[in-house]
Amino acid sequence: MTRLASFWHKAGPVLCILLVLIAVWYGAAVALNAAWAKDKAARAGTELTFSELVSDTMSQEKPLLPAPHQVAQEIYKTTVLKKITSKRSLIWHGWITLSATLLGFVFGTALGVLLAVGIVHSRAMDMSVMPWVITSQTIPILAVAPMVIVVLNAVGVSGLLPKAIISMYLSFFPVVVGMVKGLRAPDHMQLDQMRTWNASNNTTFWKLRLPSSMPYFFASLKIAIAASLVGAIVGELPTGAVAGLGARLLAGSYYGQTIQIWSALICAAVLAAALVALIGVIERATLKRMGMQQ
Amino acid sequence: MNQTVISAQNLSLTFQTNDGPVHALKDINLDIDKGDFVSFIGPSGCGKTTFLRVMADLETPTSGTVTVNGMSPAEARMKRAYGYVFQAAGLYPWRTIGGNIRLPLEIMGYSREEQAKRVANVLELVELEGFDKKFPWQLSGGMQQRASIARALAFDADILLMDEPFGALDEIVRDHLNEQLLKLWARTEKTIGFVTHSIPEAVFLSTKIVVMSPRPGRIADVIDSTLPRDRTLDIRETQEFADIAHRVREGLRAGHAYD
Repeated sequence: MTRLASFWHKAGPVLCILLVLIAVWYGAAVALNAAWAKDKAARAGTELTFSELVSDTMSQEKPLLPAPHQVAQEIYKTTVLKKITSKRSLIWHGWITLSATLLGFVFGTALGVLLAVGIVHSRAMDMSVMPWVITSQTIPILAVAPMVIVVLNAVGVSGLLPKAIISMYLSFFPVVVGMVKGLRAPDHMQLDQMRTWNASNNTTFWKLRLPSSMPYFFASLKIAIAASLVGAIVGELPTGAVAGLGARLLAGSYYGQTIQIWSALICAAVLAAALVALIGVIERATLKRMGMQQ
Repeated sequence: MNQTVISAQNLSLTFQTNDGPVHALKDINLDIDKGDFVSFIGPSGCGKTTFLRVMADLETPTSGTVTVNGMSPAEARMKRAYGYVFQAAGLYPWRTIGGNIRLPLEIMGYSREEQAKRVANVLELVELEGFDKKFPWQLSGGMQQRASIARALAFDADILLMDEPFGALDEIVRDHLNEQLLKLWARTEKTIGFVTHSIPEAVFLSTKIVVMSPRPGRIADVIDSTLPRDRTLDIRETQEFADIAHRVREGLRAGHAYD
């Protein structure tokens, strides 16, 4: 009973907002799709009653804004009813994007941590690398992505890797910033204490700086994995809509398949939420084990 | 027994700040004998903490010399000649109490059996037996500070430098820890340098009280306590105690500490 109560305590507000969003969505769908419904009726020479109008706005084939249940049906059709190996399966496309996301996330995290360690230990790197790290994020990823794809394709690298590199480009940044802050989290007293024990920089790093940085590390990872997913989707756009959620978005917009666009969009959002939640679970378990969170 | 462990000659230290030079220490001369319990007392800004940090090689003097065990502070630090207790316990939240005490031992490369033996030993010394598996947040502030003293005692330093270790604790806990510290000092025969801004604490603990005054930081008076080494809290009610406390107050006044 208490477990159920605590579930509702947490899920209640979220579900409440979800219901409001769906209601707003339905309202917007009726308002936006009404023009096309009236247009059709006028050409057919008929007059629509209000209920006919509403039901038409929710069942158009290429609506301006598909109604939630249309998107839900499309997702059901393209996940449960399709074989995973089918090119029309959203699960298949989702996996393509997810694999690039995860690979890019691993690359980005590794690069971010390495840069942060360098920046914290070397004043020269702090002065020289940090400005470039920040500059790298001021360039729109949409401008960089096609170049990365084209250049790598020219040297014979295609498929997963170019997308992962674009993911890495977006995801290393929050890791660098968070880890620099985290590795510098120990205060003067703790560093002086290490000095009184004549501890080397290496020892100080492993025994003090790295454990101190963990809360910052996980906060960074949550941002990094979401950024990584965005990177993977953006990386799928210039490849000519071959595979992945990004490809579904692009193909949908080519052919005006708004329902397909929205279902890919919802899938991407659910995927991002699941990835962030997964990091959150690992974070809680780790920090609890480390005694840094009760 | 009168072997000099720490010796300062014409020691001066000037910090260069944006507001011009600050004379933290000026012409300090002091000898500390083996087994002494020396308190440094004075108002904030008198350089007592800075002096302790110079002994620990955490600050470098501008002029003059300091020797610790006949070596320079840097050499003494590298030989791990002293244990240092800071104002805050500074225990690592991700390590248990035992793990925290083990930390300097790990850094210094003691064997696992030796580590375990020493941790058990110092936990008993600070009366924290059975707490080695607890995390710092499970302990009170006073217990955390005791654990941090245990950590400073865990390796074989015969000097213990303490920078206002009980400053953040309430008076009742502080009295108890003072009494414990005296027992511990008697058992371990260490030389202790103790920074405080409490007159009763300085008088109760010390065999030698160094009264310091600010701007520039210098020594106003050095009082050799006539109290017996073996003392309990009751000694604070005696006339002798009051006389020494009075002399400390005089020293502080002479150094314009009350301005």
